Amino acid sequence: MSKRPEHQAPPEFFYNEDEARKYTQNSRIIDIQAQMTERCMELLLLPDDTSCLLLDIGCGSGLSGTVLEEWGHMWIGLDISPSMLDVALERETEGDLVLADMGEGVPFKAGSFDGAVSVSALQWLFNADKKSHQPVKRLYKFFSSLYASLSRSARAVFQFYPENESQLDLVTSQAMKAGFYGGVVVDFPNSAKAKKFFLVLMTGGAAPLPQALGTEESDNSLQIKYAKREACKAARGKPLKNTRAWLLDKKERRRKQGKETKPDTKYTGRKRSGRF
Amino acid sequence: MKLITHNMLTSKCLKGVLTGYPLAIKATNIKVNEVDFNPDFISRIIPKLDWEVLWKAADSIGHSEGLPQTIERNYDEDKEFLKKAHRVLLEVEVEEGYLTCPESGRQFPITKGIPNMLLTEAEVQ
Ligand SMILES: C[S@@+](CC[C@H](N)C(=O)[O-])C[C@H]1O[C@@H](n2cnc3c(N)ncnc32)[C@H](O)[C@@H]1O
Repeated sequence: MSKRPEHQAPPEFFYNEDEARKYTQNSRIIDIQAQMTERCMELLLLPDDTSCLLLDIGCGSGLSGTVLEEWGHMWIGLDISPSMLDVALERETEGDLVLADMGEGVPFKAGSFDGAVSVSALQWLFNADKKSHQPVKRLYKFFSSLYASLSRSARAVFQFYPENESQLDLVTSQAMKAGFYGGVVVDFPNSAKAKKFFLVLMTGGAAPLPQALGTEESDNSLQIKYAKREACKAARGKPLKNTRAWLLDKKERRRKQGKETKPDTKYTGRKRSGRF
Repeated sequence: MKLITHNMLTSKCLKGVLTGYPLAIKATNIKVNEVDFNPDFISRIIPKLDWEVLWKAADSIGHSEGLPQTIERNYDEDKEFLKKAHRVLLEVEVEEGYLTCPESGRQFPITKGIPNMLLTEAEVQ
């Protein structure tokens, strides 16, 4: 693997016009970002069948936002890279966009959002890209202003790429200091490829952390619990992604929202033949 | 920038600014984009809004027509009202212009519909 993006240049330079386009057109990236956003949405535990107002932190070109739309929510996105936001405009995402640096604080008034998600962005805050940048201070400013901008009982879920244990400690300690409860959920901890970190932050009372995916063993080192993806999905009564059942489910959701949806046929969810 | 965003947005991240709300809007280009009407969403969002700020913002950009200045008690049963609120909250968009902080006078440009809230190092708290 090449060097981490956040070690190469500040985000607003790394995600330039070229990178923004490449990023958004890469089908592997599109897929992964969508999957991780789906998982964030599960962990966000929003009330069923209600459209909410969500904040997407580091929304980029709107790959994560697309999933929020599919779930029937309205979103406001915040990002530091003008080029990424330009691509979001081109893609005509439904979300509204704001150019801002999360490390300077979340510029919204108290109680604005029913929840917040952030996919693959938080690790950028561990870096000091300017002389004046102090990661601890920026993290604290970010979390405390985010806490204020959420409505009571709302959650914020971050998929991110910590580099080491001390970054995990840093991020959780600053979030707790800002008033949040919660911690880190690690899905598939035993798989180098599938392992994913989710910071789950809660505003109202200490609820138990959700179950992680990918193992039956429980491990309390970070108050983290693991479960099999299949078992977990089945328990929630939600079909596994990309199966026919999942597709039918999703189409039903779109219909309920009054969106144009192709009728269900025997071909729905079938593998396409390789000829196309 | 939609007016729902404007209703939430502040300049409180500026050093020395307390609430930074509401931001004044100066619009040089406005467009109206059709968005699917979701009455449940609009009903749910209204109690979270500062309605007076919304009305004034709509008025300041010439889109307050037909919009009541105060909310009736049974607003969630009034479909015509919800449609008007929907239009003002989600369909009217400020494309170009700027926002002004009510405390410091600092201006934030809006280009291609995106408000630029980035601060200089000296402005960060
Ligand atoms: C890997 S992209 C993810 C984009 C989108 N969430 C997705 O799932 O496709 C990371 C994004 O975080 C943004 N970002 C990095 N640092 C940021 C900061 N300090 N404030 C706001 N956005 C930031 C970058 O500009 C970039 O668009």
